[in-house]
Amino acid sequence: MSTAAGTGSGRRTGPPAGPPPWEVFVRPRRGLVHQHVGTVRAPDARAALRAARHAFDSGGEPTSIWVVPTCEITASRPEHRGPFFAPAADKAFRHPTYYDIPAQVQHL
Amino acid sequence: MPAPRPEAASPGTAPGGPGAPAAAAGPAGDAPLLERFERTIADNQRIEPRDWMPEDYRASLVRQIAQHAHSEIIGMQPEGNWLTRAPSLRRKAILLAKVQDEAGHGLYLYSAAETLGVDRAELLDLLHAGRQRYSSIFNYPTLTWADVGAIGWLVDGAAIMNQVPLCRCSYGPYARAMVRICKEESFHQRQGFELLHTLSHGTEAQQEMAQDAVNRWWWPSLMMFGPPDDASPHSARSMAWKIKLFSNDELRQKFIDVCVPQAEVLGVTLPDPELRWNEERGHYDHGQIDWAEFRAVLRGDGPCNAQRLAHRRRAHVEGAWVREAAAAYAAKRAAETALRTAGASA
Repeated sequence: MSTAAGTGSGRRTGPPAGPPPWEVFVRPRRGLVHQHVGTVRAPDARAALRAARHAFDSGGEPTSIWVVPTCEITASRPEHRGPFFAPAADKAFRHPTYYDIPAQVQHL
Repeated sequence: MPAPRPEAASPGTAPGGPGAPAAAAGPAGDAPLLERFERTIADNQRIEPRDWMPEDYRASLVRQIAQHAHSEIIGMQPEGNWLTRAPSLRRKAILLAKVQDEAGHGLYLYSAAETLGVDRAELLDLLHAGRQRYSSIFNYPTLTWADVGAIGWLVDGAAIMNQVPLCRCSYGPYARAMVRICKEESFHQRQGFELLHTLSHGTEAQQEMAQDAVNRWWWPSLMMFGPPDDASPHSARSMAWKIKLFSNDELRQKFIDVCVPQAEVLGVTLPDPELRWNEERGHYDHGQIDWAEFRAVLRGDGPCNAQRLAHRRRAHVEGAWVREAAAAYAAKRAAETALRTAGASA
């Protein structure tokens, strides 16, 4: 596990200059989940929310926006793909079409 | 689910994250909020966690979602009973996956309930104290392997009939949880049908076993849709709020209509001599449901009520060390990280 910021790639040395990054999640409209749309830099949450509203406002109906400090995000790593996610794919019986059902059966 | 801090409370948005629902405004301030709430529902829009909502709407949802969540986790017991005795590795793997899914469905639903300002620990306490219910169907025993098939076909079939409309219910987090659940539910019903079909086309003993299971599960499955409409006190309000989209009797009828032809393919007889097609209505007529039995099971007098609740309580107590160990491990990791950070900056 590592944080999204500074994944040990060595690209960044020392603390970032300027305000910290915030991940922005927007709910495009009622009934949908908040989706990640991008990042803003801001000194605090209030400023991040304001920046996000300017940067990602789609111009449609009022949306709901979440901002989360980037350093608070814990992410899985691509190299974990095998052991971390493998079990789902090799279970054919989890798919409805795996089962032999007579063709005339409806609504199943 | 993250709980954002309320940095920008706009008018009509009460402070508090998804875990802290809108505080009820005073009676005088409610009118415009109520009007907005009702308009949102009338427009078939979703109510989201930070929206203002009437206290009764919130309380009804908590009760409904909690009961649904409890049903998922209690529902692991009747089928779990057959995990070690599944007749083949294939059937065992399928059943394991299915029981595991029910646990996951419980998780989605407890999370949805938590967006209404309750905590799952609270809800579990209420379940364990017998103050919140779960579906009456899980108070029946699984006596033979064929019951696993009957549960998949009938019980999951009835659940799907109930749940598909809920994917469009008015409360966003509940609707979204239902979408996920319905997607995963589709293999459950089909594995049950296939299992029963295998038995009902097997030896004479297997055929009898399949028929016996259907005999025992048919009527309780019909009761899953709840009391008849004229005896369902909260139905009208729940339908007005769109946390219920079809009446109990409508869904029950739909289920019966779907099951009759499926039973013919299975080669089993549904245990209702009055079941026949009514040309005029365009539906199957059916016999009288034993509502006295339904009430008895709800009251706690079903065949397995005591056993199910006792098992759930025991699992909760016996699982305490796992929760404690996880917390202790997290604390240890945090202390190590703090130490490393202190060391690095020194």
